[in-house]
Amino acid sequence: MMKSLPMYFYRYCIINCIIICCFLCSPKITFAQTDADALMIPKKFYCAGIIYTNNSWTNYWEGTFKRDNGNIGTLKTNSYTLVGNYGITNKLDVLFSAPYVTTNASSGTLKGQSGFQDLALALKWLAFKQNIGSGKLSFFAIVSGSIPLSNYEADFDPVSIGSHSKSAMFRGLLNYQAGRFFIAGSGQYIQRSDITIDRNSYYTTQLIYSNQVYMPNGNNVMVSTGYRSTQFNAEFMLQQATTLGGFDIRKNDMPFPSNRMNATMAGALFKYSFGAVSGLELTAGGNYILNGRNVGQSTTYYGGVFYLFDFSKKNTK
Amino acid sequence: MKRFILNILSLIVLIISVFLGSCNKAVIDRTTLYPALTPSNIDLNADAWKPVLIADPSVFTIPAPDALTSPAYVADLNEIKGYQSSLTSDQKAIINYWSAGAVLRWNEILRDLVAKHNLPPYQNLDDTYPAPSSANPFAYPQFPFSNPPYAARAYAYVSAAQYDALIAAYHFKKLYNRAAPYNNAGVQALIPKSALPSYPSEDAVVAGATVEIMKLLFPTEIDYIQQKAAEEMQYRIMAGANVRGELNAGQSLGAQVAGVFAARARTDRAGKAIGTPAQWAQLPANATSRGDQFWVSLESPKRPPMLPLFGKVLPFLFDTLTVVALRPGPPDLAGSPAFQKDLAEVLSYSQNPTREHQAQVEFWADGAGTYTPPGHWNAIAADEFVKQNYSEVRWARNYALLNMAEMDAAIVCWDTKYFYYNQRPCQANPNIKTLTGVPNFPAYSSGHSNFSGAAATILTYLLPDRGAKFTDLANQAAMSRLYGAIHYRSDVEVGLVTGNEVGQYAIKRAQSDGAGN
Repeated sequence: MMKSLPMYFYRYCIINCIIICCFLCSPKITFAQTDADALMIPKKFYCAGIIYTNNSWTNYWEGTFKRDNGNIGTLKTNSYTLVGNYGITNKLDVLFSAPYVTTNASSGTLKGQSGFQDLALALKWLAFKQNIGSGKLSFFAIVSGSIPLSNYEADFDPVSIGSHSKSAMFRGLLNYQAGRFFIAGSGQYIQRSDITIDRNSYYTTQLIYSNQVYMPNGNNVMVSTGYRSTQFNAEFMLQQATTLGGFDIRKNDMPFPSNRMNATMAGALFKYSFGAVSGLELTAGGNYILNGRNVGQSTTYYGGVFYLFDFSKKNTK
Repeated sequence: MKRFILNILSLIVLIISVFLGSCNKAVIDRTTLYPALTPSNIDLNADAWKPVLIADPSVFTIPAPDALTSPAYVADLNEIKGYQSSLTSDQKAIINYWSAGAVLRWNEILRDLVAKHNLPPYQNLDDTYPAPSSANPFAYPQFPFSNPPYAARAYAYVSAAQYDALIAAYHFKKLYNRAAPYNNAGVQALIPKSALPSYPSEDAVVAGATVEIMKLLFPTEIDYIQQKAAEEMQYRIMAGANVRGELNAGQSLGAQVAGVFAARARTDRAGKAIGTPAQWAQLPANATSRGDQFWVSLESPKRPPMLPLFGKVLPFLFDTLTVVALRPGPPDLAGSPAFQKDLAEVLSYSQNPTREHQAQVEFWADGAGTYTPPGHWNAIAADEFVKQNYSEVRWARNYALLNMAEMDAAIVCWDTKYFYYNQRPCQANPNIKTLTGVPNFPAYSSGHSNFSGAAATILTYLLPDRGAKFTDLANQAAMSRLYGAIHYRSDVEVGLVTGNEVGQYAIKRAQSDGAGN
């Protein structure tokens, strides 16, 4: 969730451990479900990918008041994200994503923004695995962090490309797999750093005379279920992202990075791996915000191409 | 299992170290660091300074103070001693806050309310816009919409009323020559002592004047403002600086003086500045007759222009004929070579923004939800004035000079804008995208430039040792509007010149008001 954690690593690992890392970003809120699948890449394997994401909204919420805005029209955000995942051991992976983001408002005069957004790094650890009944229960711990890649302007919502906050996150993920079906649940806590803006005073619920903005922390809860086979995956998920603090956009006011941004989102993700070309995988998916607060009601589509490199073979020669 | 625990421990250590590194998130507001007011000169002769509106302080009435030996005064002293015997940390925080000065803190409160109410109304279902009504201030949209002209006028009335009220207070201070309660045994001075006679209280006079004029300017905030005033009165008592009788007299005197300003405000034509649909329909005529392209709202749905008749409001520093005389010559005609050159420059700034320009645009944007450009200059002035160790009356006088200049700059600028009624750059060329919101009124000349030119002129006069500081800031503010692609270069350059001219009237007043520099 939230711009500060604009990453959405989606990882799959099938037989030869092809990975999908998927980054999704909306200018108002981002779901970091990341790292939030129950699959690991084996030791000394590296997966590289590039993902295109298209996010757009016309309606948004000022607090709980839902409206459109003729001075924005439809706000579109395109992201082009490089992603990677490397298996340090069979139980510990490191992942990264680096997005280039552009925004554009279809109406009004505000100039769309573009630039490299935030680098995200994650460590994913398979902490526990146990056979239960006919299936397998596993628990994962994921720590991650993000840091801005450029000096983009955060205080220019709704067209800014991110909040320019640094973040540190911890996620716990529980997964139960029975045959080709799975069900998973995860919870994440997001700690965000304050940001520095170009003004030296700003109004939240009162005037604050500083160029520092307190950024509320957040959490993110997700449940997902679906089908996983060697060649094809289909997964459906529900997420709730919550900002722990922050303030509402007042009627007809401008948005601000430290707004209280909440969202409930439903999404689906599909993956196909080519039997003929070993290591090549395609993924596509989308999601929609069902309900929100101080965010755009965005629809997101994404598609990515991934390729798996096996460094373990070279080493064993 | 051992390895498992080891792994968990190392992960926990990693998480803790990452989280702790980003945990100190308290934001420090620089206004909380202002020191307690310690005037280097109490300006004892301020009763002889030239007020703005009032003629003779002796026409106002306050009761003579209680005799020092009277039971009432002894009871007042005991009230102080009672507070001082058991001050809570909250009460100490109140003392700390208000000790920075009454004029300063009330100016900040005003800036806060301006920002709070500086929101353009949301449209009706039929794409018309509702207007705030002073007769029904709590209905949406609440009264006022404190846009830049409204805000400029509010700052001016509050500052000028405080200034005149303090002059009147000095008249009575000298008349009664009462020493502050902290000169009595058993009463501590919890703020720096002053030799200024304490009846009536200068803090109470400022609060009384502000509360009274704010009833008119921000009617939905009366309850909040009165709470702040009560807190300030409690501060004076807790600090040992005033007894209750001095505060009551001060609040009464402040309210009486502010009544003179409220009477002027009711008839200064600001109430009619919004205009009528019939008047709005007349506005394009001048542009059309000059062969220029007239302004059209770039908002969707199209919003009526912001306060088109504000140019008719009565200024403080000169008369309405001077407003017309200060109006600059016409802007370049749409399509003329000079216009095309200016337009191409705006387009180039729109298409190739640097991060530095973006920061400058954002720093000076002062748009919706902010204290407006006049408020920004009040904040800049505050940061400088606190270094000067002014007396309350000099704070008020200097803010009055600044804010009368800002209000009159708004009047002259709005007169110019609605006289020529020319188009914004992005109306002339829709390829021009802006780095901040486009204000909903004509381009020529730039409001930021008028406000900044006027403010820099008077502030440079008041604080000559700052050199070119304010002029540089004014140039940055003005140029930010060109970099933001919402103004032509000529709007900015002409606006600065006109603003400077308005500022000269404030200097003229300052040179002859008896307060020295």
